[in-house]
Amino acid sequence: MSTAVAEESEIDVTQVASAIELKGISKAFGPVQANKNISISVKPGTIHGIIGENGAGKSTLMSILYGFYKADSGEIFIHGKKTEIPDSQAAIRAGIGMVFQHFKLVQNFTVLENVILGAEDGPLLRPSLNKARGVLKQLAEEYELNVDPDAIVENLSVGHQQRVEILKALYRQADILILDEPTGVLTPAEADHLFRILDNLRAEGKTIILITHKLREIMNATDTVSVMRRGEMTATVKTSETNPERLAEMMVGRKVLLHIDKQPAQPKDPVLEVENLRLIDDKGVERLKGISFHVRAGEILGIAGVAGNGQSDLMHVLGGYANATGSVRVKGQEIDLTGAHSDGQSRRARGIAHVPEDRHREGLIMPFSAWENMIFGYHRDPAIQSGPLMNNAAIKAEAAAKMDRFDVRPPNPKLAARNFSGGNQQKIVLAREIERNPDILLVGQPTRGVDIGAIEFIHQQIVRLRDEGKAILLVSVELDEILSLSDRIAVMFDGQIMGERLPEETNEKELGLLMAGITDTDSAKMPEAPMAFSEDDLQEVAENAESSHPEPVTETETETGETAEADPIEAQDDTEAAEPAEEAAHLEKAAQDDAPVEEISTPSAEAPEPEDVPQTDVPAPEEKKPVESVSIGGFSATIQQGAPSAVTANTKPKEEQDTEAAPQQPVFKSRARPNKEGDKDG
Amino acid sequence: MDFLTLLQVLDSTVRLATPLLLACLAGLFSERAGVFDIGLEGKMLAAAFFSAAIAAITGDVWMGLGAGIAASLALSIVHGLASITFRGNQLISGVAINFLAAGLTVLIAQDWFSQGGRTPSLIGQGRFGPITLPGAEALSGVPVLGPIYAELISGHSILVYIAFLTVPLTWWLLFRTRFGLRLRAVGEAPEAVDTAGVSVVTLRYVAVGICGILCGIAGAYLATALQAGFVKDMTAGRGFIALAALIFAKWRPWYALYACLLFGLLQAVALRYQNIDLGAFVVPVQFMDALPYILTVVILAGFVGKAIPPRAGGEPYVKER
Repeated sequence: MSTAVAEESEIDVTQVASAIELKGISKAFGPVQANKNISISVKPGTIHGIIGENGAGKSTLMSILYGFYKADSGEIFIHGKKTEIPDSQAAIRAGIGMVFQHFKLVQNFTVLENVILGAEDGPLLRPSLNKARGVLKQLAEEYELNVDPDAIVENLSVGHQQRVEILKALYRQADILILDEPTGVLTPAEADHLFRILDNLRAEGKTIILITHKLREIMNATDTVSVMRRGEMTATVKTSETNPERLAEMMVGRKVLLHIDKQPAQPKDPVLEVENLRLIDDKGVERLKGISFHVRAGEILGIAGVAGNGQSDLMHVLGGYANATGSVRVKGQEIDLTGAHSDGQSRRARGIAHVPEDRHREGLIMPFSAWENMIFGYHRDPAIQSGPLMNNAAIKAEAAAKMDRFDVRPPNPKLAARNFSGGNQQKIVLAREIERNPDILLVGQPTRGVDIGAIEFIHQQIVRLRDEGKAILLVSVELDEILSLSDRIAVMFDGQIMGERLPEETNEKELGLLMAGITDTDSAKMPEAPMAFSEDDLQEVAENAESSHPEPVTETETETGETAEADPIEAQDDTEAAEPAEEAAHLEKAAQDDAPVEEISTPSAEAPEPEDVPQTDVPAPEEKKPVESVSIGGFSATIQQGAPSAVTANTKPKEEQDTEAAPQQPVFKSRARPNKEGDKDG
Repeated sequence: MDFLTLLQVLDSTVRLATPLLLACLAGLFSERAGVFDIGLEGKMLAAAFFSAAIAAITGDVWMGLGAGIAASLALSIVHGLASITFRGNQLISGVAINFLAAGLTVLIAQDWFSQGGRTPSLIGQGRFGPITLPGAEALSGVPVLGPIYAELISGHSILVYIAFLTVPLTWWLLFRTRFGLRLRAVGEAPEAVDTAGVSVVTLRYVAVGICGILCGIAGAYLATALQAGFVKDMTAGRGFIALAALIFAKWRPWYALYACLLFGLLQAVALRYQNIDLGAFVVPVQFMDALPYILTVVILAGFVGKAIPPRAGGEPYVKER
């Protein structure tokens, strides 16, 4: 095998065996080839990213590595030794730890119990628990992995639960850690902390495989990146030698416009006015605490926030399926919030179209066909009735036309909704709502579980609708999306709007703090030692805020080991003051550079940042790493290349020239495969 | 009500609570592992019949007990196959086991003994007799404590003591051992157990097996200790009452003991006092007999607190990424 030859020659050079090497892994599920002859080699002590669209086969590959599936063919080498991994136990023995996208934790167990589960030392629990307590303490100090060992898991924030998963792997002495879409559920602050942990782990010589579809994370965190497309490994490149546009192109197989081409908004009169909206749910919890805002014709108001802070409830109220008190006016006229006319039908009659956050439960009926789904909510339209019956032929024809216009693939109206991929399902919902020419579009999480190609299209449609003079309310947990689409941004926390910002005058950091319920006035009022309030403390607050019952901001967890690298808040304030202007400059420049369609924009701004960014905050300050700035999706992100322990750039002959045209990686002609799994990552 | 009457009622409570307690703990093991089991009734019934039948044939109650456990275990394996291996609906499997046991026991009893679907009365070594604990005679003269020891604590069959000892044993097993941790985990989050490299299927089969053994003892107790032989439908809904007690106890062993004692007390009172004269009106015996069942309905309807079952309960485990 030519790959083997290449590897051997490389071993001669570096004298280090790969931590993991896969050779010719293939796996099929029935007629669907999930993995096709995949070969990959991961160097020890590096963070290796695997990127690809939903259904590209990333998770299948990792499941094979963790013994969940058995590969149809191919070999696995761990530290140069051929290893069979028939089950998870074997993977654990081989030193592989896995952090799944959906955590595999026992919710009502303590952290300790979760950690020892399956790795107990003997038939009695007590000795194992005592040992684990000691090990956890040590790991917490080593890697910033602080979690209360006696806390019940369900009471922990998502970020802390993820730490428990990492601790589980480390307790089993994993030296190869696989993380599957780790940041999908995290706040920006939690994600930053995670990447600090990963940096620490890498510094200790652990090997990390990071699976994600977020280009920015790949660029920020990894040393090497492999791209998967349709079950094949299309390329492996050094992160420092590629850029987001290039990666996106390799993922999708064509050029992709990452940034949204949009003109400044031309807002007119307010169309949707919301005043003092309050909602108390069945359990007596106040979900909306007096919300007021307005959306004007021809603008997009983006609502940012960590999931579960009232955005969904707001959408439900406006969409007509939750009762509330307060006042909502559409084009100056009050709408009914509680009475008989408070339902989806009446809302649509008033010109409010709704693309729900959860398309599986609220947007589509999965077993029903596409044409049936495309008429729901509008099925009483006299135009499609013929006598007492519905004119199905007309509905089908209309559905087919819409599917054509929205490029839904496959363009078959008779196919059940669940048989479309996530992106195409979302297009079906969008087509239904947009094509009815609403005055107001409520759109929730438009690109959740949607692949890059479809994201581009969906964003274009939303902007097009705005340019036609519609009012658009966008709810998203993806800050990138909010920042790049919105004309104004409101941040929700704990059922309230914490503040409104203009996208060109704010940044992720500021929004992240607002999302954690911290406004500037709050931080000034901090009772305990306001001047010594470190960034980490703020972050802890942000993470606490993630829990279902947001704590008062003043409550901060004291965690050992974190106070060590505290910077005074003053310094941070300076940074914030300096950043917006610079950020805006980047933005403008990026907008100019990226303007032409179908053109890959190279890194546009190469200005060295005065301050290091939090997500790649490494403990050793003497090692200043090269920093560059790249524009992604209409705003600039700062990227640090390399790692303290990583091999320097030019000593490795491997995988430098082998992008798509790698001769040692046979590329098979790919068969288009229908995505049967919907949103689930294949 | 004098002291001796009270003692007798409590003594009766202990005897009547025993089969409930065994069945309840059986259900606890199964449901804690994520396999709902409404077939407790059927398993007890099958165990009652086979223990009585074998005890009648061999004249040895221990043989009978073994047969009862074997019968119950066999039905447990059927339930396990249906709900664990073939991932069927656990409720339907349980219902099927109940029907199967109700029909088969009478049919086989008629075929073997031709006594109208019952077994011959058990005598001598064919029954579990009361055990007099050491010192019961000597202490009976001591006021209060003496009669309590002699009447209430001493003088039960061996199975009663086994049942009550099973409570601390279950608690210890569940909360102090590796097996218990894994068992509880598999009922809450089987995917966590699976990714930790522990077999979900094996754990669940073991749990269902323990359930079968305990149900077997419960059934054998009914036919060979509480009564002397098998009669048609002799479990009389005890399996369902045990389920209610399990929910009442929120799947915890010590609370299961208290819940079963409560149900036992209700049955004992109904047995002892046929018509209770409250002065203004008389509570009819039918009402007293129905009381445990009424309470069962009330508990199952969720009026008594909020009981959160094991999260993965009732769901067959399908491995996913």
